Amino acid sequence: MKKYVLRRPGGPLVNEKLSPLAMAAQGQAPEVTVSKDIIRRGLIAAPIVMLVSGVIWGLTGAWSAGIGLALVLLNFGLAALLISWAAPISLALMMGVSLFGYLLRLGLISLAVYLVRDASWISLPALGVTIIVSHLGLLFWEMRFIAASLAFPGLRPNA
Amino acid sequence: MEAIAKLIMADAATPADAKNAAAAASAGYAYGLAAIGPGIGIGYLVGKSVEAMARQPEAAGMVRTTMFLGIAFTEALALIGFVVFILLKFA
Repeated sequence: MKKYVLRRPGGPLVNEKLSPLAMAAQGQAPEVTVSKDIIRRGLIAAPIVMLVSGVIWGLTGAWSAGIGLALVLLNFGLAALLISWAAPISLALMMGVSLFGYLLRLGLISLAVYLVRDASWISLPALGVTIIVSHLGLLFWEMRFIAASLAFPGLRPNA
Repeated sequence: MEAIAKLIMADAATPADAKNAAAAASAGYAYGLAAIGPGIGIGYLVGKSVEAMARQPEAAGMVRTTMFLGIAFTEALALIGFVVFILLKFA
């Protein structure tokens, strides 16, 4: 039986019958770089977030903001680690890990909040607002630099 | 939904109990429904990213960066649902 192979101009041989899911990602893991950037910025912003939350909700608000921010940063870190672990093995595993990792991370956040919900030093509104605001805020902050570095790869801006 | 509400009302000893039970049930629905949409979104996003990486392996780094940000943005929707859940259920 004749085996069909394709060759892209200047590229490696590509077997026509090879499923995309059987392929694996090569090279460095960009998720880890992005996640490290986000965690670094989150740690820089942590005192400000805790201060603002403390002014609005008091001392319990400050502690809750700290817990919320820690959950968000752990969530980003875990997502990056899972994807960067799975991608070099196979793209199918990366798909599975992305979907089940989503469930796992939601479960872990739920468990963490469930464990601290009755603590006297927790303010649930402060915790909830911090989780949403810090998650979206850190993403938009990072996206500003990602967008610039994707458009002009040689001119990555400083953080 | 109406049947569930009637069931809650029938089992509750007082109107306050019924209100609490309805709030707990609504919180559960809110969290469950809020998790479905991002689940579909992440599945679609990762599937398309894999397709893009298979078509153009040399652009895999750029695709993975965009995919990671997309997953995080999509997950924000689930987090909003989760926060609504904890505020309805525990606050």
